[in-house]
Amino acid sequence: MSHGLISTELYYKIFATLMALTTLTVIAAFIDMGALNDIIAMGIACTKALLVILFFMHVRYNSPVTWIFVSAGFVMLLIMLMLGMNDYVSRSWDAPPSPWTAPPSAAPASH
Amino acid sequence: MNAPGTVKERNFINADYGIKSWLLTLDHKRIAILYLLSTTFFFVVGGAAAVLFRLELLTPASDLLQADTYNKMFTIHGVAMVFFFLIPTIPAVLGNFLIPLMIGARDLAMPRLNLASWYVFNLGGLLALMGIAGGGVDTGWTFYTPYSTTYANSQVILTALGAFVSGFASIMTGLNFIVTIHTMRAPGLKWFRLPLFVWAHYATSLIIVLGTPVVSITIVLVALERLFHIGIFDPALGGDPVLFQHLFWFYSHPAVYIMILPAMGVVSELITCFARKRIFGYKFIVASSMGIAILGFLVWGHHMFVSSQSIYAGLVFSVLTMLVAVPSAIKMLNWTATLYRGSISYQTPMLYAFGFLGLFTIGGMTGIFLGNLGLDLHLHDTYFVVAHFHYVMVGGMVMAYLGGLHFWWPKITGRLYPEGWAKLSAIIIFVGFNFTFLPQFVLGYMGMPRRYASYPDEFQMLNIFSTAGASILGFGYLFPMIYLTWSLFRGKKAGPNPFDAKGLEWTVPSPPPTFNFTETPVVTEEAYDYPI
Ligand SMILES: [Cu+2]
Repeated sequence: MSHGLISTELYYKIFATLMALTTLTVIAAFIDMGALNDIIAMGIACTKALLVILFFMHVRYNSPVTWIFVSAGFVMLLIMLMLGMNDYVSRSWDAPPSPWTAPPSAAPASH
Repeated sequence: MNAPGTVKERNFINADYGIKSWLLTLDHKRIAILYLLSTTFFFVVGGAAAVLFRLELLTPASDLLQADTYNKMFTIHGVAMVFFFLIPTIPAVLGNFLIPLMIGARDLAMPRLNLASWYVFNLGGLLALMGIAGGGVDTGWTFYTPYSTTYANSQVILTALGAFVSGFASIMTGLNFIVTIHTMRAPGLKWFRLPLFVWAHYATSLIIVLGTPVVSITIVLVALERLFHIGIFDPALGGDPVLFQHLFWFYSHPAVYIMILPAMGVVSELITCFARKRIFGYKFIVASSMGIAILGFLVWGHHMFVSSQSIYAGLVFSVLTMLVAVPSAIKMLNWTATLYRGSISYQTPMLYAFGFLGLFTIGGMTGIFLGNLGLDLHLHDTYFVVAHFHYVMVGGMVMAYLGGLHFWWPKITGRLYPEGWAKLSAIIIFVGFNFTFLPQFVLGYMGMPRRYASYPDEFQMLNIFSTAGASILGFGYLFPMIYLTWSLFRGKKAGPNPFDAKGLEWTVPSPPPTFNFTETPVVTEEAYDYPI
C-alpha cells in the first residue's frame, strides 16, 4: 500500500540530501574540531540512516506496529552500547586487588 | 487398508505423494516434519560426539582420544547441539506445526519464507559438517578470540559460517511467527485469549529477530579477522579480544531463552491439560515471557566475570542477573499453583512436564550461584558450569520438547504412541540424566576444569558415574526414536482429540487436512477452558 505514496521526485530529493551529507562527512573529516569530531560524524551518519529508514524503507508510511519494531532495534543497540561501554569506561578505574595477584608479602624477594 | 466402499480421508500427509511434493511443499505442517528430520539428525551427530568424549573421560589419562581430538569432539557436540538442535527445534518443529493451527489460520503468513528457512538451515548444517569432515574445529562452540582468530589452525571459518548461515533460518522463522501472530488470528481470538504456547513463541521470535543479527555480524568479524587481520579483536592492531565476548554473549545469553521460552510454552500447555485445570495467573505468565525476552538482553556480562571485564561492569551484570530469575520463578510458581487441587493424570507428556519442573529449577537455581561475582571466581569454567547449563538446556528444553512431541504426536501423525514404552523411556531419561549431571556439580565444586581430556586421579569415580549415567540416558533417547517410528505404521489410530484437550488444534482431524480448517473458526472463550 505504501508504494504509491512516495513520488519519484521525493526519492530524488532524499538521494540528493544523502549525497550532500556524504560530502559534508568528507569535509568534516578534514577539519579538526577536537571533541566535536566524533559527535558531528555520528550526527551526520544518524541523520542519513534516519532518512533511509523513513523514506527508502517506507517506515514513515507504515503502521504503528512497524514503528514499534523499528524502535525496538534501536533500543537493543542502545542497550548493547550502554552496557558494553559500562565495561570499557570503568576498566581503567582503580580496582580493588584482584584475588589472582599474590599479596605483596608472598611475592618473591627481588634481590 | 480401506474397507471397500470407504473413502480415505484427505490429510496433509496423503494429500500428495513423492519426494518432490515434500521438498517443494509450502505447507507449514510438512515443513515442520522436514525440520523434525533435520534437527533429529544433528541431535544424533552431537550425541555421537558426546558418547566418544564421555568414554574418554572414563580414565584420568587421555588415552581413547588425543587431547586435540577430544577438543574437536566437544566442539562438534556444542556446535551441533546448540546451533542445530536446541535453538531451532521447538520453534521450527512444534511451533511451525502448531501456531497456525492454534490461531485458526490456514498457514503461516509467508509460506515460501518458511520453506526457504529450512533450506538455509540445511545449508548452514552442511557447512558445519564440511568443517567437521575437513579436519574439525577445536575452539569450542563459543569461538572465543584470540584463539579462534589467531592461533587455532582448524576449520574455524567453515564451522563459524555454518552457524552464521543457520542464524538466518532462525530469523526467517521468527519473522514469520511475528507477522502471523499479528495478522492471522481467527475472529474472536484476542491477544489475551492466545494459548501460552503462542505467546511464548512470540516472545522467542522477538529475541531471535533482535539478537541473531548481532551474533551473525560477530561471527563474520571473526572470519574477517582471521583472513585479513582487520584489527577488531587483536590488541596488537588496536582491537580488544574481550569485545568478542561482549558481542557473542549479547546474543548467546538470550539464546538460552530462545531455547527455554518455547519449552516453557509447551509446559504451560501440558500442565493445564493433564491437571484438567485453567492455568493459574495467565496474564502473569504472558508478562513473564515478555519480561524474560527483555531482561535476557541485560545480563550477558555474567559470562565474563573473570575475563578482564571491569569488575564494576561485573557488579552491574551480577545484579541484573539476579533480576532475570524473577520472571522464571513467577512461571514456576504459577505452574505449581495450577497443579494445586487439579485432577492430575500421569500420562507420558505430563511425566516430562514434571521432569522439566524439577530439573529446570535445579538448573535455574545453580545459575544464581554462578551469577554471584564471588562464587563464580571459584566455579567459572569448571564442571559446575557444565552441569548447570545441561540442567537448563537438557533438563529444560529437551524434557519439554519430548513432552510436547508425545503430546502432539497423535495430532501430527494421526497415530497414538505406545503409552507403556513411552512412560518407561521418560523415566529412563530422567534417571539417566541425573546420573550423568549430578556428579558434575560435585566435580566442578571440587575444582575439575571443563574442556580437558585428562584429569587428576581423585576425580575418576565421579566421572565413571557420569559416563555410566550417559549410557543410560543414551538408551532413553534411543527408545522414543524406535517406538515413535514404529507407531507411524502400527500405532492405534488417534481421534481428533485423544487427550481431551482444549485449543483449536484439537478441533480438526488428526492428521489435519492441508489447509487446516474447512471453515474459519470463531473463538468465543478464554484459553484453557478446563472444568476445574
Ligand atoms: Cu548467560
